[in-house]
Amino acid sequence: MLDVLTLVTGVAALLLAAWCGWAAYRDQPTKDWHFIGMAVVTLLSLIQLVAGIVLLAQGEKPEQGTTIFVAYLLGAFACVPAAGFMSLAERTRWGSVTVAAGGVVLAVLEVRLYDIWGG
Amino acid sequence: MTSGEAEVSRQRLISGPGTLLVWLYGVMVVGAVSRSAYQIATEFDRAPLAYSLSAVAGLVYGFITYSLVRGGETARKAALACCVAELAGVLTVGTWTLIEPSAFPDATVWSDFGMGYLFIPVLLPLSAIYWLRRGVPREDAA
Repeated sequence: MLDVLTLVTGVAALLLAAWCGWAAYRDQPTKDWHFIGMAVVTLLSLIQLVAGIVLLAQGEKPEQGTTIFVAYLLGAFACVPAAGFMSLAERTRWGSVTVAAGGVVLAVLEVRLYDIWGG
Repeated sequence: MTSGEAEVSRQRLISGPGTLLVWLYGVMVVGAVSRSAYQIATEFDRAPLAYSLSAVAGLVYGFITYSLVRGGETARKAALACCVAELAGVLTVGTWTLIEPSAFPDATVWSDFGMGYLFIPVLLPLSAIYWLRRGVPREDAA
């Protein structure tokens, strides 16, 4: 169940990165639609965080340790919103580049989460 | 130092490409500090050198991030010096891990030139030095 969420969140993060990268390529700042996209990705990572905690509460153990697992879940949840706030302050193409970088970072975190969980 | 200088608003280092730099440095701070804190707390004896180096890397990243956010000429110079130190650290530790792997039972942030972090540790100081060297124009080019 968690693996599916990890995959979906990772793919969504890459799509967000590509979308914002495209905006940067066209010399545009992030717009309302991009922020809706960020909200969707953030929601996915929030669902993942909750699902991960529920699984831990049910007694399941991540392969590489509970602390690392929770730390990565929290990092994944905070990643895109943090980049989003920075793009609010930077209303140029560089704000879009930053969100794109945030999407790539989240995708990497999802790969690590998959390993940590032991999928 | 004249009293008038403090009144002038600090040169902004985080406009334009600086935004991306601050974001990536922020990610590296979280990555290096949390990683080394966890490893030092739980299994320091396994690879003391590697974990200490990760902690130092985290501190350097933290200082650069703070300097970039703070802005101004002094911060620019301080950040520039730290970026040079960071680059030297990445190159030294990267080479060291390749020549003498036995000294590092576990990886550091800077092992193999930061390969585990998509080579960001070696690319970041290069782009930051490029960005900080020329100084930032007073007005946003937008």
